[in-house]
Amino acid sequence: MGLLDKEFSDGNIVIARTEDLLNWARLSSLWQLSFGLACCAIEMMATSASHYDFDRFGVMPRPTPRQADMIIISGTVTFKMALRIKRLYEQMPDPKYIISMGSCSNSGGPYWEHGYHVLKGIDRVIPVDVYVPGCPPRPEALLEGLMKLQEKIRHESLRKKKTA
Amino acid sequence: MKKPEEIFEILKNEFQDAVLELKTDIPVEPIIIVDPLKIDEVGFYLRDTDGLEFDTLMILSGVDDANGEKVEAEDGSFTINGGTLSVYYHLDSMALNHKITLKVSTGRDNPEVNTVESVWRTADWHEREAFDMYGIKFLNHPDLRRILMPYDWEAGYPLRKDYKNPEFYKGMKVPY
Repeated sequence: MGLLDKEFSDGNIVIARTEDLLNWARLSSLWQLSFGLACCAIEMMATSASHYDFDRFGVMPRPTPRQADMIIISGTVTFKMALRIKRLYEQMPDPKYIISMGSCSNSGGPYWEHGYHVLKGIDRVIPVDVYVPGCPPRPEALLEGLMKLQEKIRHESLRKKKTA
Repeated sequence: MKKPEEIFEILKNEFQDAVLELKTDIPVEPIIIVDPLKIDEVGFYLRDTDGLEFDTLMILSGVDDANGEKVEAEDGSFTINGGTLSVYYHLDSMALNHKITLKVSTGRDNPEVNTVESVWRTADWHEREAFDMYGIKFLNHPDLRRILMPYDWEAGYPLRKDYKNPEFYKGMKVPY
């Protein structure tokens, strides 16, 4: 972590790098856009509920894209929906992050060949930070995906927008 | 409670040529085949006549019979010329606890069927779906728009057997 280890002895001052502090603040309160698409959304809701408790990671749903830091694409993205997702994403303020949850939004999933109506991967429309595999992924998998995203944010730089 | 044969007899006496045939040599329930431009009148009669009282349309579904002439292209895709599209109506009577299946067939090139939306309100969205997926035109339908696909989908009707997906839709690549 390295953030709180340079404490002075009187306990009221903490020295940290701006980058570390910003990254720490961002990764600790990822507000997600309250948004679900298909069966993955049920798992996402289960993750939000008390048993898995998304809130302990600082994740809580916001009903407007203006207040959201992150969007979880949880389910099958049809062409009709893809245009609306793109608009929602564009309405979110920077910095913004995307978790693609489940096979459908990763690659089209079971609709990859005969799904005349399904976009074969949300990354054809908006840039994805973390892909969570599964059909649907269990809540543990989504939490793992979230922690991967937090790890990514922790190593972000102010000069370069995103680290590799 | 009436058997399909009895219902067919009643309809045949009332409508003569508009009721074409009773199909019983099939593994599912018997099907009564009806003229697509008379289906609304038949529907009203089935709903409002004592002893029939079909108050519920359980489902209305479109089918591509794919019985036309198949023309294969070089790339393995094909188009179907002629033949028919069909609509099936599964009716139920809550009052008398009996069921019947109706079927209408219409030409593939200009598929037109009268709407039964005014008979059973259920048919409204079901007919829109059949229109969306097969391009069956329901005459006199109050709001015949696509219901599932985007309103501006121009590539045709996706559940037809000879449907071909487009390469792009609004800049998004369609094939995998």
